[in-house]
Amino acid sequence: MTFKDMQFRTTLYGLEKLIRQKAKRYPSYARHLAEKNIVAQIKLKDNSSGRYYIFENGKVTSRKGVHPCPDICMAFEDTDIAARIMKPNRNQLDFINAGKNMQITLQGPDDLVMWFFETLNQLFTLGMEYGTDMGNGVKRYTSNTNGGPVFVYVKDGKIIRITPIEFDEKDATPWSIKARGINFTPPRKTTVTPYALAWKSMVYSPDRLLYPMKRVDFDPNGNRNPQNRGISGYERISWDEALDIVASEIKRVKREYGPGAIMNGSGSHHTWGNLGYWLSSRLRFFNSIGFTPVESNPDSWEGWYWGAVHHWGHTMRLGGAETYSTVEDLLKNCEMVVFWSSDPEATSGVYGAHEGTIRRQWLKELGIKMVHIDPYYNHTAAWLGGKWLAPKPGTDSAMALAIAYVWITENLYDHNYVATRTVGFEKWRDYILGKEDGIPKTPEWQEKETGVPAKDVRALAREWGQRKTYLAAGGIIGFGGACRTATGTQWARAMVCLMAMQGLGKPGVNMGCLQQGTPVNTKFYFPGYAEGGLSGDLEGTAMAANLYQRMPQLPTINTVYQRVPRLKIPEAILEGRCTGYPKNPKTIEGQFFKYAYPAPGYPKVRMYYKYGGSHFGTMVDTNRYTRAYRSEELEFVVNQSIWFEGEARFADIILPACTSFERWDIGEFANCGGYINHSYTQCNHRVVVLQHKCIEPLGESKSDYQIFLELAKRLGLAIPYSEGMTELDWCKRMFDASDLPKYISWKQFLKKGYFVVPNPPEELRDPVAYRWYAEDRPKDTPEISPLPADYTEEYGRGLQTQSGKIEFECSSLKRFDPDDPERPVICKYIPAWEGPHTTELYKKYPLQLISPHPRYSFHTMGDGKDSFINEIEDHRVLIDGHYYWVIRINPEDAAARGIKNKDLVKVFNDRGEVICAAQVTGRVRPGTVHAYESSALYEPVGEPGNSADRGGCINLLTPSRMIIEKSHGMAANSCLVEITKWEGGEVA
Amino acid sequence: MNKRYYLIYDLEKCIGCHNCMLACKDEFVDNEWPGYTLPQPRHGHKWINIQRIERGQYPHIDVKYLARLCLHCNNAPCVEAAGGAIYKRQDGIVIIDPQKAKGREDLIKTCPYGMIWWNQEREIPQKCTFCAHLIDQGWGKTRCVQACPTGALRLEHASEAEIERMKKDEKLEVLDPEHNTSPGVYYKNLYLYNKCFISGSVAIEKEGKTECAGGARVLLLHNQARIDEVLTDCFGDFRFDGLPANSGLYIIEIYFDGLLKKSVEVDLKTSLNVGTIFL
Repeated sequence: MTFKDMQFRTTLYGLEKLIRQKAKRYPSYARHLAEKNIVAQIKLKDNSSGRYYIFENGKVTSRKGVHPCPDICMAFEDTDIAARIMKPNRNQLDFINAGKNMQITLQGPDDLVMWFFETLNQLFTLGMEYGTDMGNGVKRYTSNTNGGPVFVYVKDGKIIRITPIEFDEKDATPWSIKARGINFTPPRKTTVTPYALAWKSMVYSPDRLLYPMKRVDFDPNGNRNPQNRGISGYERISWDEALDIVASEIKRVKREYGPGAIMNGSGSHHTWGNLGYWLSSRLRFFNSIGFTPVESNPDSWEGWYWGAVHHWGHTMRLGGAETYSTVEDLLKNCEMVVFWSSDPEATSGVYGAHEGTIRRQWLKELGIKMVHIDPYYNHTAAWLGGKWLAPKPGTDSAMALAIAYVWITENLYDHNYVATRTVGFEKWRDYILGKEDGIPKTPEWQEKETGVPAKDVRALAREWGQRKTYLAAGGIIGFGGACRTATGTQWARAMVCLMAMQGLGKPGVNMGCLQQGTPVNTKFYFPGYAEGGLSGDLEGTAMAANLYQRMPQLPTINTVYQRVPRLKIPEAILEGRCTGYPKNPKTIEGQFFKYAYPAPGYPKVRMYYKYGGSHFGTMVDTNRYTRAYRSEELEFVVNQSIWFEGEARFADIILPACTSFERWDIGEFANCGGYINHSYTQCNHRVVVLQHKCIEPLGESKSDYQIFLELAKRLGLAIPYSEGMTELDWCKRMFDASDLPKYISWKQFLKKGYFVVPNPPEELRDPVAYRWYAEDRPKDTPEISPLPADYTEEYGRGLQTQSGKIEFECSSLKRFDPDDPERPVICKYIPAWEGPHTTELYKKYPLQLISPHPRYSFHTMGDGKDSFINEIEDHRVLIDGHYYWVIRINPEDAAARGIKNKDLVKVFNDRGEVICAAQVTGRVRPGTVHAYESSALYEPVGEPGNSADRGGCINLLTPSRMIIEKSHGMAANSCLVEITKWEGGEVA
Repeated sequence: MNKRYYLIYDLEKCIGCHNCMLACKDEFVDNEWPGYTLPQPRHGHKWINIQRIERGQYPHIDVKYLARLCLHCNNAPCVEAAGGAIYKRQDGIVIIDPQKAKGREDLIKTCPYGMIWWNQEREIPQKCTFCAHLIDQGWGKTRCVQACPTGALRLEHASEAEIERMKKDEKLEVLDPEHNTSPGVYYKNLYLYNKCFISGSVAIEKEGKTECAGGARVLLLHNQARIDEVLTDCFGDFRFDGLPANSGLYIIEIYFDGLLKKSVEVDLKTSLNVGTIFL
């Protein structure tokens, strides 16, 4: 017998002792053992050595040798492989390699195999301590949300309190910036958004789904009654029944049509955490069964991706800008900030809580001049002050052209920069001066479009042309409601062109408003959620860049080439065909590849597995989605949701998911990775959080990971899906894959729950964004995009465009479609396809509705659910026992319609009707009305899809026309409506 | 020297995020703090209530917020009326005794600020406790203060002399002083709530175009006296703030290139944007 043989035998012998020992010590483990009575065999494939374990009524015994008919069997090729796998803290790559190369085989039913894996894995995690004892039976855990990391106080298994994290004396010291004689340092704590503070009310919401449900008139073996989706009620069923129905429907649909007939999509956001996010477990599962993915449109970036990309590249940021170290540059050098369609106090940098707010207080302190351009007197303008200019929605690009006109005619731009760092300026200049179309784009010309006095635009242009100015285009660069208008591509393009005229990257001349670009440590690696977590997906996530090398995992590949554009789900279902353009961050030309549904040789979608937040309040012209649900074309609909709201009420089977407070996860404050590379530079401190399982899942709800695992067990996929691991095991793997172990042990991290990443010394801070570009040096900012092949000259020299420069005249558009009237090769003003120029429609619906991202809720989170957020009167207004969505209307327009503050009104057009509460306010100009998008509730007063909604889904009203034809983008902010007082009675 | 707790709220720093109200709900809804208060009902109560204040008219408007909560007054009418059901602690915090106050709906009306709420289900009056249960555990701050991102809310543990100094240095005021209750909550920049502004824009014709008249000298006269003077900014805009509502006639005089170019009379009722004045 070799030493390795002996080692194998000893390990197998010791295993039984270890299991007994742990069961004695840990009652939870003893309970686990009592779950199954099985015989589990571990052996070498050639049967030369082995031992089997008999689990019976919670007791374990074992015998040497090979059992004739074990329930499960784990067989190793040889003792060498066995030695590498059968040890604590094994290298997971060894396990994956052994599995892929058939050096380890597993036999037996999936649920028993998984149970045995859990039995083995728990041996090394039992007894790990986590959380901080606060006395009086209170334990303080840590978690992370879309609105900032939090402490979670738990007593008797119940959350009693959720607070921001205040650092202790051991946590890293903050950075400081000395500017204009003042030392600026952020406080040693994290901030949170309103919806983060409302989490307790959402966890314990009366709308929580606590057990699986089936629509009462849905019979998978008989009448399915699809026409009653959204109408008939639900009955409670067991998990087994629910999972069996879903698994058998997956098999049936694949058998009858192929995997392409299964469609799955997600809301744009999920509860926080790298493992539970929609780009992680969900993809791992669906890639494993094969599916037609719903391709998301770049819903917050639209104009930037379909427009600005062609001027400066940045496809990996979907057209957004570099942001490095702009906080320091702005504080030191900038003289004016122009906020254009930018309301960071409402949108919080998506995930940045109020981190930027703290810094914007410094703007006031330094007396830096501010201008706000937005049809709505937004929260940032209201708080910071400065000049407010309110263009009519969708006309911003006319104002931008007029600004360029003043700069050109009054010689207020950077000639040298334009000559050396850009191409194609002459063509644009000639267009602006009117040489192309006979119309000089003067401030007076723009006044007719925007409604903003020419004198104000002239004054702004002069001020801007003479001061070092930061342009905050969107709350973070690459966002902004203006980019979701029919003219959104033109606006985003104009923003790039304006900055190119002023010397983008020179000291004090850059993009931003202190929301991004703090001097935190960008060299410390911890993955963002868009790096795909445990998805194994190298195509649909950013995993290939870093995480895959650091956390090897079984790759997953969807074999279905068909996809459905998210904005056209209804057409795909109801009409059976549609087309789309891809969101491809790899390269500029990626967006030109038009695709069709159904794809050649693929079936139409028959089963829809919906997961996460509802589209009714977040996509466009959403009565369409309701109608699609009620179509016979959809044979089966399953919805995996935390709350009973929105689209969940249109499913045949509902699977109840738990919140992130009820499961394990790991994630960093505002680190999304992917399209917003280094997005944590909007935080004052990098904070990585071990998201403790603070409480047990409510009712029978389960984590998304666990739900998919249960389905995987029924499809023979449990081990490839899970790699035999629990969520906590995956957390540990992600910890090991990051730079955390260089600073903190797993034991300490698990216990304390968070880590503040130390900042680099001042001399090692990141260089300022675009400074390298302005000075014609190799790129020195710490991002690895564009991809090497997209550099024209040498690697690292220039931008992603063909010329390597900012292109006023876009070479990519010249190649693709130089005559596209909607997207000309230079940025032009083309009036919106829905707005004051659409005369007939404008007569009928004379109010321009904008519906930007909400302030107090996030996507559909925070809203509805009987959440505390509903108590905020600027969010919803309580009238006659119902919380109504708010629409803001100018006093002049209100008076003309006999509408008073807090009156119930009907907002309508040909697409639908929404009942809202009026807020009469001077915050909107006459002719413009404002209501946020993203209502979580959809409450039709009559037939779903054909009646007024008093839930507040403003997107019932918004147009489904693509922002430009050759795109997959929404233009929700080009929307004409009429408003009348709602007298009641109309709605029962 | 005896110190007590004061809450200071700065209207200029408040962004209206409502984190204070939400933190309050997080702390008190579904949680009972024995000896301090029963749980806050899920709906209806706003122990700290954020009121939106809008002044002026498009496009010269101003949107700020006012936090309203129990002011933990030194001469609290509620304490006086409650016969022991409401008491003031040594540290200034006013507490409603959840047992003794049962059934005392009459106490709601005793607060001139309307900051006592009736809990219908439990039949008790309730209000802000300054998070006394946390203060007594050594927290050092209330939940609303902790959740405030900008420091618009802050808790001070100060002596009489210290608070007097803060009042002077930071120009702190009390809300509706006519109630004479000697509140323990002070407001900074309260003019944004209880005063008005007059604003406008000045424009001139130059080479056939309308231009903003930046740098114009604008005087404000009231009762024949010059009470304020500002220069217009690059957009030709001016604003006089801190004026009492319904304070009668004002005259705005605009000087440009050293000459009196225009004089406008307004009757000030509430904040007023006089619009564009062409010279």
